[in-house]
This record gives sequence, structure tokens and C-alpha cells, in this order.
Amino acid sequence: MNFKSTIGLEVHFELKTKSKIFSPSPVTYGAKPNTETNVIDWAMPGVLPMVNKNVYRLGIMVALATHAHILPTTHFDRKNYFYPDNPKAYQITQFFQPLARDGYIEVEVHGKKKRIGIHEMHIEEDAGKNTHGTNGFSYVDLNRQGVPLLEVVSEPDMEDPEEAYAYLEKLRKIVQFTGASDVKMEEGSMRVDTNISIRPAGQKELGTKVEMKNLNSFDHVRRSLAYEEKRQQQVLLSGGHVQLSTRRFDEATGKTVLERVKEGASDYRYFPEPDIAPDHISQEWIDEIAKELPKSPFDRYDDYVNKFGLKPYDANVLLQTKESSDFFDAAVAAGADPTMAANWMNTQVNGYLNDNRVSLADVKLTPEHLAAMIKLIKDGTISSKIAKKVFAETIANGTDPKKYVEDKGMVQLSDLSVLEPMVTKVVDDNPQSVEDFKNGKDRAIGYLVGQIMKQTRGKANPKVVNKLLNKELASR
Amino acid sequence: MNYLNETIDSLNKKLASGEITADQLAKDTVANIKDTDKKLNAWITVDEDAKPAENLDFAKNKLAGIPIAIKDNIVTNGMKTTAASHILDNFMPMYDATVISKLKKAQFTLVGKTNMDEFAMGSSTEHSYFGATHNPWNLDKVPGGSSGGSAAAVAGGQVVAALGSDTGGSIRQPAAFNGIFGIKPTYGRVSRWGLIAFGSSLDQIGVMSKRVKDSAEVLNVIAGSDDHDSTMSTREVPDFTKFLGQDVKGLRVAVPKEYMDAVDGKMRELIQKQIDLLKDAGAIINEVSLPHTKYVVPTYYIIASSEASSNLQRYDGIRYGYRAKDTKNLLDVYVKSRSEGFGTEVKRRIMLGSFALSAGSYDKFFRQAAKVRTLICQDFDKIFAENDVILGPTTTEPAFGIGEEVSDPIKMYNNDILTISANLAGIPAASVPAGLVDGMPFGLQIMAKRFDEGNVFKTADFIERSNKFYEKTPTGMED
Amino acid sequence: MKITEDTVKHVATLSRLEFSDSEIGEFTEQMGNIINMASQLQAVDTEGVEETVQVVDRDTVFREDKPEHWQDREELMENVPEKANGFIKVPVIIEKDDNE
Repeated sequence: MNFKSTIGLEVHFELKTKSKIFSPSPVTYGAKPNTETNVIDWAMPGVLPMVNKNVYRLGIMVALATHAHILPTTHFDRKNYFYPDNPKAYQITQFFQPLARDGYIEVEVHGKKKRIGIHEMHIEEDAGKNTHGTNGFSYVDLNRQGVPLLEVVSEPDMEDPEEAYAYLEKLRKIVQFTGASDVKMEEGSMRVDTNISIRPAGQKELGTKVEMKNLNSFDHVRRSLAYEEKRQQQVLLSGGHVQLSTRRFDEATGKTVLERVKEGASDYRYFPEPDIAPDHISQEWIDEIAKELPKSPFDRYDDYVNKFGLKPYDANVLLQTKESSDFFDAAVAAGADPTMAANWMNTQVNGYLNDNRVSLADVKLTPEHLAAMIKLIKDGTISSKIAKKVFAETIANGTDPKKYVEDKGMVQLSDLSVLEPMVTKVVDDNPQSVEDFKNGKDRAIGYLVGQIMKQTRGKANPKVVNKLLNKELASR
Repeated sequence: MNYLNETIDSLNKKLASGEITADQLAKDTVANIKDTDKKLNAWITVDEDAKPAENLDFAKNKLAGIPIAIKDNIVTNGMKTTAASHILDNFMPMYDATVISKLKKAQFTLVGKTNMDEFAMGSSTEHSYFGATHNPWNLDKVPGGSSGGSAAAVAGGQVVAALGSDTGGSIRQPAAFNGIFGIKPTYGRVSRWGLIAFGSSLDQIGVMSKRVKDSAEVLNVIAGSDDHDSTMSTREVPDFTKFLGQDVKGLRVAVPKEYMDAVDGKMRELIQKQIDLLKDAGAIINEVSLPHTKYVVPTYYIIASSEASSNLQRYDGIRYGYRAKDTKNLLDVYVKSRSEGFGTEVKRRIMLGSFALSAGSYDKFFRQAAKVRTLICQDFDKIFAENDVILGPTTTEPAFGIGEEVSDPIKMYNNDILTISANLAGIPAASVPAGLVDGMPFGLQIMAKRFDEGNVFKTADFIERSNKFYEKTPTGMED
Repeated sequence: MKITEDTVKHVATLSRLEFSDSEIGEFTEQMGNIINMASQLQAVDTEGVEETVQVVDRDTVFREDKPEHWQDREELMENVPEKANGFIKVPVIIEKDDNE
């Protein structure tokens, strides 16, 4: 029997704001427990929520980047449930009138293009954090309470784990390039829940859904879905039925494990949040945000390959993160040759970042530095070899390349009035080389270049020296 | 010192002339409260060290040093705030409600927190963890509620004015029962920041005082936009005292027959007499209908209880308030803290609200109530298109005996039929004394369109001038 | 709509409240009466009527994204029944119970 899978994904993104969604407490990471909180975060008696405008702005950016229809009027709702990390015992979310609906993204899987629908996306607040002790107690930290989230709910349009994987990759890239979120799964700024059901091919109605929450990586998403497909098929083939349930992916065994069975839908008693007035999202505001929206990774790719003539591979490497793409764009804007900038970014810069386990934001190198250095190479002021030394200094200490080159006397020797006599002398001193050259031994010229470099302590411009030597040797 | 015959103006005169210092006034006020509260039990917390603000200038600020009472569901930084509940009986706020900041800035002296029905749920102030409050007109009767402590404190001469809150009549009904004035302003006129929520779309802080003018003075201070409350209006707040002493000639007065039919006999006569006073002074009286009146009680109880069931979930024994002893696990902490911490009436409303919002009930109850609410609002819009105020009785009967009505919730809920529409529609409404019925005060309710407190004050002030009810002294306060 | 003891027990679980058997009986009757009264609303024709969930004269009320520090942790922790090292202490959480 053949089976068809139906997969839906719910992805939470932490939005990058300075303050929380409903209180002005700062959003920071790694602070001491409960220090980044106030009376609102604690749900003290009498407090009211105050909506952060920037949360809408970032949400609208993602909606625009995924072709979603932004609702002209949105309203917050309360989702009621008790949990120690949920101080009001309700989460303020958007249930009835979300931020946006009916978006889509395009993925390419098995060589085929496919459009995957986004059912809706809404903004809401994150909960605090519980740490479970071994002594029979749990410990609550409310610093994360109220951090803004955007939840993107897909249509159940995916039919196999590869499509789910491709959707996640694409969605992450799109969101990352809006700048709305850090999209780091390992830090929790992107979180994925999945649901999957299977049914015999030809059957119309969907099978029973199984949910999997808090998956650690895209790879786990793919593996757990693949496992579930097989498991559910075996259940059906052996005459059983799939239980409406939540399962967990066990990394060690690669299997999914039953967490709990659901009996009917959860009763969250959603109702409109009376403490917040409706929000009207004007077309003017949407247009304004659209203007601020950073270029998408797809438009950037187009520029890199077609306008700058980069190799597709190099373009893709640059586009791995918004930071590197932004850095590259800024370097080009500062006058750097695109091909050289891309080479430097993808080799030297990435190499440094990987070796030192840091990100672009952590180093002192600026796009202007990179552009200045490339200019120095291009106009022959320094050689590529010298440039590596300059780069090491600049990325470590933020030293201005031009000033460094000048101060250290690293400027390349290209002056003909100095080089010509040197070339004449070196050829005079090495008749054997002249002989070899005449006999077609290219190596001879290399030896002579080496002699000049030795005499100039590496500062001679190798291109100029090569040219002069060729001329001189040919004239003998 | 008692305030049975005082006003803000008369106190200001005494302070300005040096007849009494603000310090002494605070001390005397506290001493009188401690003495008379043996009869009334109107207070949950009295600040024995209540001190006036510094740098008082009685000539420039007539509110300087005037003692005022605060209902105990309005949070006061460093002064215990309980909402009359066991679950919050040790709660010490670390911030001030916006109205408190404003009163402090205006240099009022805060003397303490008044009794109420637990979480403002009730209309008798019997549902308090701190015991029932007694009516100054007859100590065997209830003062009404939920702002019964504030009402009794004012009527009993303990303070000249008090803040209350009104979700379904909790200012107006006790004002009526105690023979004082009480106003619930338009929803969005006074910030709810720091008001312990009951029904968030209905709650509004208001003022209670013996004399209409004193409420206008206090409302002038507490009204006005606030960034902390996004349901607040940003409209400019007029000086409400400027509506006092005005002519009512040409005032268009609507009298809904449903409201008049809710009372009979002496009560109806008394209300009719007030309407006649207006008519004689040149007001135009129109009999009107509010056809959805019979639906306001269920509409209100579904909406208020639904919001309350959610608002009261934060009282879970985790971060503040009462946590039950001997709990084995987290569920125990929740269930035992809440079951032991809340009183019966509060639990009943939480249950009703959770039910109305639960799967399978939402459309039938909550959503339908929200739609009927629209129809109720439209009833008012129609009347206010052609009238300035709506008049009628505030309550269906005068104060009842302590212990008389608690057992039958339906009867208790139906008693609110005349006051809850104003909350559903968000309009301003006040109760002004009409007179006595069998020795107990009875109130006239005045409603106006949204943000038109001016006409409420104008009408109330006219009634006060005409019937001079303020000359009467509560019979229960005589020794 | 009939309110049964099971309904009352379910709603009590949702509300994190517990009642004795006699209280359950009493609540079932009272809630039955209240719901009965509320059922009158079904008689109102609300076809095409919008819901009113709040009566406000303003919309789209936003705060700028500026972080502020209001209270110290010590002030906020003052009312906490049980605490440890800056955390709120609660009996161990077995599982997130969102499924009643």
C-alpha cells in the first residue's frame, strides 16, 4: 500500500527588539535571573500591557518578505493556561485577527519548484524559563517573559521530510535577511514544532496528526519526520490506528518517543484581550516599512552573479548570513572590487572567523578597511603577500590599512628609475640565466625575480619586475 | 474629627486660616476612623502614621492636606493592598496606581484603604475576607457594594471623599444605599493602571463624596490620559466644577420606562419627584425605551465573569499572595492556594467565566453576549441622539439587611439591572441622593453619553441644590 | 443546555479550583440556573451584529521600543512566598498540562 504524508510546521522567531513586547524591560541575554523584569512581567495586580511598536514593524517585514496579506485591523487575544513561567496564566497572542495571512514561499526539492503556503503569522509574548532542580523544586526566571515572538504557521502543504527541510531553510534565510530575528536554533531565537499525518494514497480525509515540539535542528526535523512516516505506516499496516499525540525526538536512538496522548483539543479559552485596543495597520505604514525592508537574499544573489559577475558558489557563500552579505555590500559600496572583495570575504575573513570562533560583529575589521586594502592591492601599492600581513593587523586591531602600510614602509616598489638599473645589473651578473632563458627555460626568470625580491626585501612589485626582466632578457 | 458637615472647601478654609494644621487634620481623621469604625468596619488598612505632603500651599491648592480614602483594589506603593481577599491579604505593592500618583501630586493625604466585596465582586460588601461593612444609616443593613467601605466611610463622616471602582454599579449602588454622590466616569476617562482588574472592559475608577462638587474636584485630579493604559482616551479633560450651579432649562431628559417599571410605590414616587423638579425648572422630559434592558444581566454576567476568570488566574500562589501549606506538587500549589484563597462568590464567577469561554461554549455565550452588548450600546446611542441625560432609579430597592441576599446569586445579580448597562456601554453614570424610603436613602441615577460627565454633574448638582439631602445625618451614626 | 457535575468538575480543573462533593452539587445547581438565565440571550437576533469586546475611543496605541528599568529584583521578589538565589521557587513541575 502507498501512503501520502501531510506535514505542517509552526516556527517561532524571537524578534530583535530592545525592549519587551508589552513592557519596557530590556531584552538581554545572560543576565542574572529576574533582573530584567518589572511589575508587568511579573503580572503584579493592577498592571496593563503596553504594546511595542517595533514588534509590529519587524512582524510586518517578515509578512512582506513572505508575500502574506497583512490584516488592516488586528487584535490581541488571551490564551489561558497555568504554568509557573506564565505569570498572568494567560499568554497574550493573536488568535482571531492575526498580523497576516495567506503568505507563501517557494522551495526547490528533488529538482522541482514548489510553493508552500503560510496559513498565518502572529505576534505574541514568550514565557519565562523554568529550571528543574533535582531536589523536588523548580526555579523560575522571568527575564525571557515578554520577549516578542513571531509565530509562522505553514499550510499542511509539505509531503515529505525533504520539503519540510527545504521550507525551513528558505524560511530561515528569508527571515534572517529581513533582520527581524537572529534565527539561531541553538540560542532559541528560532524554534520549530512539526505535525505529520499519513493516509493511504487515494484517501481524501487526512490521517490523525502527531505533533513534535522543540526540535533542536533542521536535521532533527528531517530525521524525526522520516521516522514518523515509517512508524505511522507500520501502525496502519498492522491494522492499528495512529493516536492524536505529542512525541519527542530522541537524538541518541533516532526514534520518536510518545510524550502524551491528546484527548480532544486543548481548552485554552481564547478571547479578545480587553486591555489592548484594536491595532489598525495602515497601508502608508506598510509602504514605509517596505521601503526599509533590506534586500532579499534572492535579489542579492541576482546582483552578485549578474551584476558583479561572481561565481554562483562565491555568491552563495557570501549569502550564508545577512552579516557577511551586508559586510560585502558595504565594502563594494566603499569602492572595493567585487570579485576581490568576495575572495577576501570567503577565504581570509571566514578563515579568521572560523579559527577564532567569532562573528563579524566581534572583529575590528570594517567594510571600509577591506575596501581600502583591496584598493592598495589593485593600484599596486602592496602585494597580495603584504596584504595578508596588513589584513592580520587590521582584523586583530582595527588598524587603518593605508596608514599601517605607510608607517611600516610596506609600500611596494614600482618605481622604474629604481628597478631598471637593478634588473640590468642582475641580468649582467647571471649570464647562465640569460642562456637558460634563450633555451626556453621559464624557471630562469623566476630565479632572477627572486634575486630582485631579495635585494628589495620583498617590496619590489613582482608584476613590474617580471615585465622589466622579460624585456631585458629578450633584448640580450 | 468627623466630616459629616464638611466639604473640601470648608476644610481648606480651616487649613488656610490655621485653625487646624494638616498634620493635626490627618491625626484627627485617623483617630475618628478608629473610633467610628468599630461600628462600620469600613476600612481594611488605616495608616496610623498618615502624613500630609510637604510644602503645602493652602491658598494655591485647595486640595492640599485633604484626607482621602482609597478602595482596597487600587494599588498603593508600600501600603498593603488586598482586594479584600485572603489570597492577597499580605500583598505589599511596589508601585502606585496612576490615580494614586495623581492624588499624591495634588497633595491629598492618603489615610488608608477601604473595605469592599472580594475583588469587587458583589453588591453588599459582605463578601470581604475582612468582614462585612455596616451601613451608617442602619448598622444592620449592608452599605451596598462593592465599594461599600468607601461609601460608608464618606456617609459616616470618616472622610470627605473616597475613590471607588465600578464594574457593574459598584460606585453608584453603594452611593445610593448610603445617601451620597458617586460617579463612574466614562470608560477611558480615568487610568486603570494599578486598579486590580475584575472585568477589564467594564472597570472604571470613580469618586464618592457627600457633595457633588467634591467629586468634581477629585475627578479633575484623577482624570486624563496615561501611557500605561492603552484603553485610555487622550481627550482633554474639562474642569468639571464649571458644570455646577448651572441652569437646567432646556436640558433634554430621557426617562426609560423599563427603569421606572423596575421600582414601584414610594420609590417610584420619589424618583418621579426628582424628575418633576427638573421639569419645573424648564427641563424637557421624554419617556423613552431601552428595549434590550431585559438582556443586560446575562450579558453583563457572562462578559464580566469571563474577563474575571482570566484576570484572576494570576493569583496562583507562585509569585505573591497566599500559598497553601503542605503542598506536594505544583498542581497542589495552584489548586489549594486558589481554593483556600478565594471566597465563594469569587469562585462562582471564575467558574461561570471559565465555562462561558470553554470549548463549545464560547460562541453560544461569550460571543453572543458581545453581540448583544452592541445592541445595548445602540439603544443608548439612539436615546442620546435626542437627549442629554437619562434618568431613573439607581437601584431596585434601598439597602437590604446584612445576610439577607447572599444565598441567592440570581436574585443578587438581578438587582444590578439598572446600573450595569452604563458599564456595558462605557458611558458616565452617577447616583445622587433622591431622599429616604422607610428611613433608608434612595438614589437617582444620571447617565450621559460618552465623555459627557459635564451633563451628569450639571444634573446632579441641580438635584442636590433642590432636595438638599446633604442636610440629613445618617441615623446609625448618632450615639 | 444542561449543566452536569462533570461539566462543573471540568471547569473547576480548568480554573485550578477544587470543591467538596456537596459544593459540587450546589455549584451544579447554581451554575445551571445562571446558565439558564444566560441562555435567554439565544433569543436575541444578532444576525450580522458586530461584537463589542471593549468600548474605547482610541486604537493603535503603541509604545516606542525604548528599554527602561523600573524595579529592582529585590523589590519584585519581596512578596514571593519561596525563593532561592534570585529565582522563584516552586514544587517540581512534572509536565506542562495544557490538555484538559
